[in-house]
Amino acid sequence: MKRFPQLAIPYIVWSAIMLLLPMLLIAIYSVTNQGNSIVSFTFTLEHFHKFFTDPDFLLILWRSIGIALKTTVICVLLGYPVAYFIANSSERMQNILILAITVPTWINMLVRTYAWIGLLSDGGIFQSLLKLLGFGEVELMYTEGAVMLGMVYNFIPFMILQINTSLSKMDKSLLEASADLGADRVQTFLRVILPLSLPGVVSGITLVFLPAVSSFFIPKLLGGGQFFLIGNVIENQFITVGEWNFGSAISMIMAVIMMLSMYLVRKLDRDEGAERRVTGV
Amino acid sequence: MKKNRRLFGKILMGLLIVFFYLPILFMIVFSFNESKSLTHFTGFSLQWYERMFRNREMMDSLYTTILVACIATVVSTILGTISAIGLSKSRRIVHDVVMQVNDFPLMNPEIVTAIGLMLLFITFHIERGFMTMLLAHIAFCTPYVILSVMPKIRSLDPNLADAAMDLGATPWKALTSVIVPQIMPGIFSGALIAFTMSFDDFIISYFVTGRGVKNLSIMVYTMSKRVNPSINAISTLVVVLITLVLVVVNVVPLIREKHKKAAALKAAGTIEER
Repeated sequence: MKRFPQLAIPYIVWSAIMLLLPMLLIAIYSVTNQGNSIVSFTFTLEHFHKFFTDPDFLLILWRSIGIALKTTVICVLLGYPVAYFIANSSERMQNILILAITVPTWINMLVRTYAWIGLLSDGGIFQSLLKLLGFGEVELMYTEGAVMLGMVYNFIPFMILQINTSLSKMDKSLLEASADLGADRVQTFLRVILPLSLPGVVSGITLVFLPAVSSFFIPKLLGGGQFFLIGNVIENQFITVGEWNFGSAISMIMAVIMMLSMYLVRKLDRDEGAERRVTGV
Repeated sequence: MKKNRRLFGKILMGLLIVFFYLPILFMIVFSFNESKSLTHFTGFSLQWYERMFRNREMMDSLYTTILVACIATVVSTILGTISAIGLSKSRRIVHDVVMQVNDFPLMNPEIVTAIGLMLLFITFHIERGFMTMLLAHIAFCTPYVILSVMPKIRSLDPNLADAAMDLGATPWKALTSVIVPQIMPGIFSGALIAFTMSFDDFIISYFVTGRGVKNLSIMVYTMSKRVNPSINAISTLVVVLITLVLVVVNVVPLIREKHKKAAALKAAGTIEER
């Protein structure tokens, strides 16, 4: 029995090298200069300075956050009713629908995003459909809409599954209690169902916003060169330009923004939950 | 009123299912297209499949993807299971710190994990290629295995191993024939997650690879600049492969269960006959 803790030693070493050290390296590279030897580095904040004084970079940052926010809102608005519908179906139907939503996520994201190119390109199904409906020749590929569509397509399953989990875990007798106490359906939904499903919404938001802000292949494939997001800037710095220090600084900025937004979302959820418990609403 | 709401839900659900499957269906259909067009189906042909099988780069990427996924799954499943058992018996502080680090790849955006690993390989002058891709895959797959095995270990009676050893089992024997069989469902689902994560990975592989080593995702990404229906063909192949894996994984336990039940019924039947 005493020997079992020793089993963890390989992983302690492994995770220190493969998980912890890489994060430290990003932090070190972001505040040092291109000498790319860790022995002789000099401390500098010029990379952060460069980022925050360049209007182009700031614009890209805002655009990324904007698109990710819009994507998240669409995913909540579309995902919630669907998750609600699934949770209120028969058990057999629930299993089928959950499976139907899960299966596409098993297929390579890049492949699924690539598939949209044909659908959205000039002369494709959607353009022809819009033409039939009298919208004329609408350019679909390489627009912000195409990028957002790609993001919603890739990330909405996570939102639906998270909300559905919290909805189906709910104690159904609470709904009866609410009805017995004289609440109508809208009141029951707003005061019982919605608050109880908020944790699911919150983790759904995390699972959509996080990859949306940092995504770089969706804007590249569906947005062409026009829709440069922060992920594309990082990719560029590392793959094309080779400015690892500047790239690391941008990654640090992005990581901090994510942590802050996640903290905010969680805090909001917690505060509201606490308030509700106190007031007993 | 209630009916209307259900109808609204039904329509939304239906539209969403179409939304999910339309691109996949479209891709499969156009992989059999006669012409190069991605918008007009001109006739049935298998030429894109022929080209795909003749394309060295595509076949290499398929081979790399499958090989990396298989090795990464085996290694991360073993490493993850052993580590989860070890960690569950470790001191609380060790357990908590390691689990926190273990969460990094799940909490961080993938691109951050990716450049972290890239910088690691650059800093220590490890030439990037197949080996670095494999190491990176093991690094991001193992945390999922640990997270899926851990709850199973927690629900285990902590005295189980002691009991086995009191009865004369060596620690190794106690581990392999008492603990591991009990936590098998967790190990199995961990392995499944690891396989699909590795098979589908793009971002991390893209940053840590080198010397022209490509997996499927990287190949699609670099080839997507030009119209190439062979991408549809190889994507269809991937869809078929993943579906097969899913069917096998989901159906085999069902069949086994049925066999067990049938055997049990038979046994019961023979007893009754007597």
